[in-house]
Amino acid sequence: MNVATHAPAPHKGAPDWLWYLGVPAAGVVLYLLYGQLVPIAEWVTALLPVARDSHTGEAIAFFVYDVPKVLLLLTGIVFVTGVLRSWFSPEKTRAILAGRREIWGYPLASLLGVLTPFCSCSSVPLFIGFVSAGIPLGVTFSFLIAGPMVGPVGLGLLYGLVGWEIATIYLVFGFTIATGAGLVMGRMRLERYLQDWVRELNAGPVGDLPDERLTLVDRLKIGLDQVREIVGRVWVWVLAGIGIGAAIHGYVPEAMMLRIMGGEAWWSVPAAVVVGVPMYTNAAGVIPIVEALLGKGAALGTTLAFMMSVIALSLPEMIILRQVLTLRLIAIFIVVVATGILATGFLFNAIL
Amino acid sequence: MKTVKVYGPGCKRCDATEAMIRDAAARLGVDVAVEKVTDAKSIAMAGVISTPGIAVDGRLVHAGGLPDAAKLDGWLAA
Repeated sequence: MNVATHAPAPHKGAPDWLWYLGVPAAGVVLYLLYGQLVPIAEWVTALLPVARDSHTGEAIAFFVYDVPKVLLLLTGIVFVTGVLRSWFSPEKTRAILAGRREIWGYPLASLLGVLTPFCSCSSVPLFIGFVSAGIPLGVTFSFLIAGPMVGPVGLGLLYGLVGWEIATIYLVFGFTIATGAGLVMGRMRLERYLQDWVRELNAGPVGDLPDERLTLVDRLKIGLDQVREIVGRVWVWVLAGIGIGAAIHGYVPEAMMLRIMGGEAWWSVPAAVVVGVPMYTNAAGVIPIVEALLGKGAALGTTLAFMMSVIALSLPEMIILRQVLTLRLIAIFIVVVATGILATGFLFNAIL
Repeated sequence: MKTVKVYGPGCKRCDATEAMIRDAAARLGVDVAVEKVTDAKSIAMAGVISTPGIAVDGRLVHAGGLPDAAKLDGWLAA
């Protein structure tokens, strides 16, 4: 929230050695703090005038434990991701993907979708820039789906909150859906369903920017800047998500959860997708909910379907892309991605 | 008189970039006309795919994220 609106005086700021010392030191402090979260949360909960084993006590304990945990994890992941992504840019990605018509373009686009820094507010210029540079539409879709779907924030939080097994399953299937959906849409020859002006547009060549030479300290600064920007923006969603997770954890009876989101009811997977699409939040907000659902015995396939549809199929994103895609193309996009999500959900409910 | 264009759909960073440019110009005593380009088509036509982008007198100098304050001074003073 505190984007600098004034130009900071140039050449001032911390000296380099402070960065080399400060960043590892901050990492150690965060790590030690992370290890002490259970006693801290229990201590805080005990201060409150509610019985620990009551519904309210359970919900409060969940909330008090999860808020610092998620915020610490989020800070660490966003920082590391910000530093790693400083080696990538949409311009470089576009140059790599341009003209890749062979099948390898799709997994490569998914991979670059995860690694390339871009904000959803510039997805329209990015989309036009990609398509007009001769990147096939399907490859562009793989890129756009993978970015949010298998983002590092979602994966890191899944790892920290639910465990590495489910994080790995999510990574593999999220990546497969992004690649597969792009591939299918590439085969469907959908170029004719772009908005007319996009098809006729021949965007200018990408600006010939000098290749910036960044020092390691510059990259660390980018990481810190990302923490300020992203954590400052998503903490509200995190609190809301943990609030819902806490309510589920404390108040929803297990029997009811099994009836609604258990693996027995076949309709639970499509229902999870239908509920997930209009929900607008980000990975950081939805994973505490996922944690609570799984803890109460919800089936893995149903929960995965819910999480994927919340993250990958969001209505605001569709509304932004409406500028360049016809309704028909948006509908095809939703159907193809939702099919992949449903297949994943049914598969895991069947084998587990 | 320099013409500076800020390309971006109107996100927070685009506003922050515009403010940085005005501040830097005032500090350096450079006369600038800052224009915000928010239309997706025009942004793409200018070759900008990561926003905010900055062009000074028709030449693109920056794309993606807030500009570095020292570099910004350099573009405006040049």
